[in-house]
Amino acid sequence: MDGHEHIIEVKDMVKKFGSFVANDHLTFYVERGEIFGFLGANGAGKTTAMRILCGLSYPTSGEIRVVGHNVYHERERIKKKIGYMSQKFSLYEDLTVSENIHLYAGIYGLGRKKIMAREEQLLERLGLAHIRNRLIGSIPLGWKQKLAFSVAIFHHPAIVFLDEPTGGVDPITRRQFWEMIHDATEEGITVFVTTHYMDEAEYCDRVSIMVDGRIDALDTPAALKQQYESENMNEVFLKLARA
Amino acid sequence: MSLIIDHIDHSFDTLQALRQVNFEVQEGELFGLIGPDGAGKSTLFRVMASLLVPDAGRCLMNGNDAVKDYREVRKIIGYMPGRFSLYMDLSVEENLAFYARVFGTSVDENYDLIRDVYEQIAPFKKRLAGKLSGGMKQKLALSCALIHRPEILLLDEPTTGVDAVSRREFWEMLKKIQKEGITIVVSTPYMDEADMCDRVALIHKGTLLDISDPSLPSGSDSSVLYSLRSSKGVYTYLERIRSLEGCKYAWLFGDQLHVTLRSDRDADPVKSIIDGWGDPSLEWKKIIPSIEDRFMGLIEQEEGGQHSNGATI
Repeated sequence: MDGHEHIIEVKDMVKKFGSFVANDHLTFYVERGEIFGFLGANGAGKTTAMRILCGLSYPTSGEIRVVGHNVYHERERIKKKIGYMSQKFSLYEDLTVSENIHLYAGIYGLGRKKIMAREEQLLERLGLAHIRNRLIGSIPLGWKQKLAFSVAIFHHPAIVFLDEPTGGVDPITRRQFWEMIHDATEEGITVFVTTHYMDEAEYCDRVSIMVDGRIDALDTPAALKQQYESENMNEVFLKLARA
Repeated sequence: MSLIIDHIDHSFDTLQALRQVNFEVQEGELFGLIGPDGAGKSTLFRVMASLLVPDAGRCLMNGNDAVKDYREVRKIIGYMPGRFSLYMDLSVEENLAFYARVFGTSVDENYDLIRDVYEQIAPFKKRLAGKLSGGMKQKLALSCALIHRPEILLLDEPTTGVDAVSRREFWEMLKKIQKEGITIVVSTPYMDEADMCDRVALIHKGTLLDISDPSLPSGSDSSVLYSLRSSKGVYTYLERIRSLEGCKYAWLFGDQLHVTLRSDRDADPVKSIIDGWGDPSLEWKKIIPSIEDRFMGLIEQEEGGQHSNGATI
C-alpha cells in the first residue's frame, strides 16, 4: 500500500472459455475515490472482466479482491457493496420513477423510512419530483440515464460500475452525466467506467486500455498521451488497438 | 440533386418526430445526420426508404417520390437500418445470396463493389449470422445493402456501440464506396465522425438545427469561445467559471473546459479574474468551435438555457 486504499485489487486474473483466453493475466488496482476508465475494442475482454469484478462470474485463476472481498467465495458480499448501471439495461420501463427507486433500494436492503427520505432528496436534486409517478418508458432518455445513475448509487455503494453509460444521448446531457459522476466521487464513491467516447477517457483519473485480453496500457490520460506522443486519447487508443 | 427532402413533418400520436425537415443532398455526396437518440434520425430514414408515409412534405430520391414511386425507390436504394437487418438463422453467404436474389441480381455481378468489405468476413462465410461479432455483423449488413449496386446508400447508425478502431475502419470503407459514385446518407451519435462527411446536418428533437461543411471553420460564435486547461485538471474550475458574470456556458471538453462568453467585451475581465487564481499552469485561449461546440451552442439556444440551469422536462 502506498497510502491509498485499493478498492479493487487484481493479480494475474485469467478467464478462459474453452481454449479461448478472454482475460490474459490481468494485474491492476483501483484506488478508493478515483474514476477508473476501462477501455478497449469490442471483444477485447472488458465485459468478461467486469462480470468477474461484479461477482457475476468466476475467474479461471488469479487473486482478485473487490471492496476487500474475495471473488471466489464472497460474491454476495461484493454484490451488496457495489452499484451497476449500463445503457442497455437499467430501469424498468413499465414501472414509475418512484417504483423503480423503491424496487432497487429494496433489493439492496434499505428500510422504508430511509428510502422515503433519500427519494425526496434525490428527486429534488434532479428536479424530477413532479414526474415521480410517470412511467420510465415515457421520460426522455437523458433523464432516464441520470436517474439510472442516481438509482445505482442510491444505497451508497463503495464502487459503481458503469458499462457504456452515455450511449446515444446529446453532447450536453453526456457532460451533465459526467458532472454527476464527479460529484459522486466527492461523496467517496469509486467509479469504474467503460466508454467508446474517447473524450470521456480524459475525464478519468486513470485509464486502462485492453487489447486482445491483455491490459496494454494503464496510466493517467496525461501520461498516456505523452507516452504515445498523441494529441488526445483517441489517438492513443488507435495507436494501441491497431498495433 | 440526388435527394430532396422537402419540408417533412411527421408525428407519432402526440410526439412530433420531424418538424419541417428540409435539405438536399448532391449526387455522390457523403452526407451525415448527427443527433442523439430520439432526435428523429431513424424516422427520417424510414421516410427516405419509402417505409413510412410522412404527415406532410415530400421526399425525392433521384427524382422518384418516396410515396408515389416507392417501387422505383426501393430498387435504387440500399438501406441498412439501425436495428438488425440480417437473418440470424442464415449463414453469412446465404444472407448475401438472399439479398442479391431479392434485388434480381447475383453476388458475382456486383462483387467488385463489396470485395473490400466482404473479404474481411469471407473466412466465416459458413457461420450463421447470429454467431458473428458486432463488427462482423456490421460488415455483412453493409455488404447486403450494397449487393445490388444502389444509387443511394442509407445507413442508420452503422457505428453505434462500435469501438473507435472499428469505427475508423468503417468510415474508410464508406469513403471507398463513395468513390464508386454512390450517394451516401449516414447517421451517427458520435460527433467525431462528422469530420469524415462532406456535409453534416445536426438534428435535435425533430428539428434540423444546422447544415455545415466540417472542413470549413464556422464563423458564428468563434469570437467568444475559449478553452481552459490546467495541469491540475479542469473539473475543479468548472463551477468557478460558470459563476463568472461574463460566462454564458461552460462545459467539460476532453482535458479542457470550453467556455462561451456573453460577448467580446467580457474577454479581458474574465482573463484577469483567471490570472488572479494563482495557478501558473492555467492556459486560457481563444479557439475555433468544433462541430460539437456548435451543436452544444445550438441546443442551448433551442432549450433557452434550461440545460445550464438544471432540471426541467
